[in-house]
Amino acid sequence: MFSEHFNYWVFIILLMLGLFTVMSRSNLIKKMIGLSLFQISVFLFYISMGKVTGGTAPIVVETLGNASEPVYSNPLPHVLILTAIVVGIATTALGLSLVVRIKETFGTVDEDEILALEEDS
Amino acid sequence: MLLLVAGTMTVLIVRNLFVATMLLGIVSFTMALIFVSLDAVDVAFTEAAVGAGISTVLYIGTLAMVGAQEKEKKTIAIGPLIICLAVGATLFYATYEMPAYGRATNPVQTHVAPRYIQDSPTEIGVPNMVTSVLASYRGYDTFGETTVIFTAGIGVMLILRQRRRRKQEEDEEEEEELRSSTSGSLTGLGSDHDLVPHVVAKLLIPFILVFALYVQFHGDYGPGGGFQAGVIFAAGFILYALVFGIDFARAVLDGKLVLFLMAAGVLLYGGVGIASMILGGAFLDYNLLADDAVHGQHLGILLIELGVGITVTAAMLSIFYAFVGRADIDIEQGD
Repeated sequence: MFSEHFNYWVFIILLMLGLFTVMSRSNLIKKMIGLSLFQISVFLFYISMGKVTGGTAPIVVETLGNASEPVYSNPLPHVLILTAIVVGIATTALGLSLVVRIKETFGTVDEDEILALEEDS
Repeated sequence: MLLLVAGTMTVLIVRNLFVATMLLGIVSFTMALIFVSLDAVDVAFTEAAVGAGISTVLYIGTLAMVGAQEKEKKTIAIGPLIICLAVGATLFYATYEMPAYGRATNPVQTHVAPRYIQDSPTEIGVPNMVTSVLASYRGYDTFGETTVIFTAGIGVMLILRQRRRRKQEEDEEEEEELRSSTSGSLTGLGSDHDLVPHVVAKLLIPFILVFALYVQFHGDYGPGGGFQAGVIFAAGFILYALVFGIDFARAVLDGKLVLFLMAAGVLLYGGVGIASMILGGAFLDYNLLADDAVHGQHLGILLIELGVGITVTAAMLSIFYAFVGRADIDIEQGD
């Protein structure tokens, strides 16, 4: 029972920690970090789903003689996550560059302070 | 796994954003190790290069411009805490409905995956199934993702390059990594006094670049491919720029050239698709690129992986250049 869903539990904990960071922190960079954590946990979820116990990486190996055909893990989640990681870093960079511009415009990256500035003006 | 959770908790607690960034890198790297144990070698490659390498550099670059101290906040956010606990509890409850981890009869394993696993060695003739699924069966997806990266690269550049006033002078070409968080003074990177990083980097960088090329062109047979090679190449190059100064890096690969390469990669990918259409097939139907189908698939995969690799490298580098260029402007305005 414990080991059957352990990976999923870790995924949920990480997911919630990421979500909590995004929602509760007012610092925009901390929010971005939380978003990255959220992303990483989803990667873990997909890869865990693709794993087959006793399987090997999905790269064809020659079987010798009468050895049985090896079990491969599911290549499809790997493909999805592989591209998602690279797309993720690209979008993170976009977000960070927006943070930099916000800093230049408002002089702060704290969400509460920005809102206060908005109300003053 | 538990290390992962502990690391994440600390990221949440730590106030100094610089430390939080480093911890995020560690979490990413641990995750890469876990991916290896879960048989996802290709993914682990990417995660290690992206999470522990490029993203850390980008975060530090932002921190240099923004400041690393988070404001102290006494109140605990009750609302988000309740929401998170509720959602988490629901998800926990849902896991009991899920099929057990690692069983070969799970729904995930029985849908399209068996076809990929059984037929791809004969249909595509490429041992690495991840590569064949990525580049051939799901070629349209990958094309879209390459375009997303291209767009993000362009976007970062447009956002950060505005209001660029004058060209930076050479002696002000300094790097943000060693910048102290509060005073805003930059300590020179690429200067003469860091002997150890210089020597180590000189030794390592050729190997990193050669390794990236190996990953690129050996992606058909071992773990690897355009995405991984692209980020490894970019990481090696960023290391070079960090240690020796951005000037030297720009001398090797100019910003305009990077931009050109970024577009060239996408065009190469699209061009392969168009070529197969001209030859009478569907978009990205590699079977027609050579005399027999398997050869055509080989050629097609090689070409589009090259396109992906070029775009990813160039996009990462242009993002990096944009961040560094922005930091330079900050210094000049500070003077």
